[in-house]
Amino acid sequence: MSEESKVHPITLTIVSDPKQVCVARAAAEAFAAREGFTREGVEQIGLALNEALANVIKHAYRGETDRPVVVTMDTVTLDADRCVRIRIRDFGGHVDPATIKGRDLDDVRPGGLGVHIIRTVMDRVEYCSRPEGGMDLVMLKRLHSVKGAGV
Amino acid sequence: MTSRMDGDEHKPVKKVQTLGSVTVVSLTGDIDLYCSPEVRQVLSEATDRQVPVVVVDVSEVPHMDSSGVATLVEALQKVKRYKGRLVLVGMQDRVKSVFEISRLMELFEIKPRLAEVLDGGK
Repeated sequence: MSEESKVHPITLTIVSDPKQVCVARAAAEAFAAREGFTREGVEQIGLALNEALANVIKHAYRGETDRPVVVTMDTVTLDADRCVRIRIRDFGGHVDPATIKGRDLDDVRPGGLGVHIIRTVMDRVEYCSRPEGGMDLVMLKRLHSVKGAGV
Repeated sequence: MTSRMDGDEHKPVKKVQTLGSVTVVSLTGDIDLYCSPEVRQVLSEATDRQVPVVVVDVSEVPHMDSSGVATLVEALQKVKRYKGRLVLVGMQDRVKSVFEISRLMELFEIKPRLAEVLDGGK
């Protein structure tokens, strides 16, 4: 069961320019730190957002640098655990969420690691294709998460 | 975070040095989708010349995403093709965790300090 928190969401609208990824990551890390995450947790949330935005730029917008990406950060209570929730909304082409998966790590080659990293460090990852176009990615990490710890 | 928000254009390649058969590429700041192409270009110049030992000094890299990792994997594969070595030195914990998540720690030769490569591991 999840329960919405009373923390007012923080919304950041950036464009799909790789230059802006570090700005969004800094905001997410500051948000997670404020919510009490450990340094490792803060870094993992920043990394997950970084990877998610990189995927939007590369795949949803195919390298176009002027398309909108909306990042919303808030908290939610999930099974009595406080979580940071990050939602990433893009307005790119239709992608079947079932096709979004990390690659086999035994197949060593450049690229294709982003989804694997996101799923390793976050507790819940949900992709949702929007009927009006684009994709919603919602990622949750519990305050006391052990995901990605000591890997 | 590095100083990209203070108005300076981030240059990820701080220095390229050739010391005998070793080329040392020293990186600085975050290595992400924005600056990985520049790192890729510099590493390609070394691997195209088939430099016997390519050292990538990442001791001043606080954050690396999967595009940075992919750049290093690509360079490693090129170096292996001509039977050279690619060594990463000075990896910070945060970068190390990305390599661990990606199960790449075993694939790369990783040393704590540059001196260990230049001294032949002694």
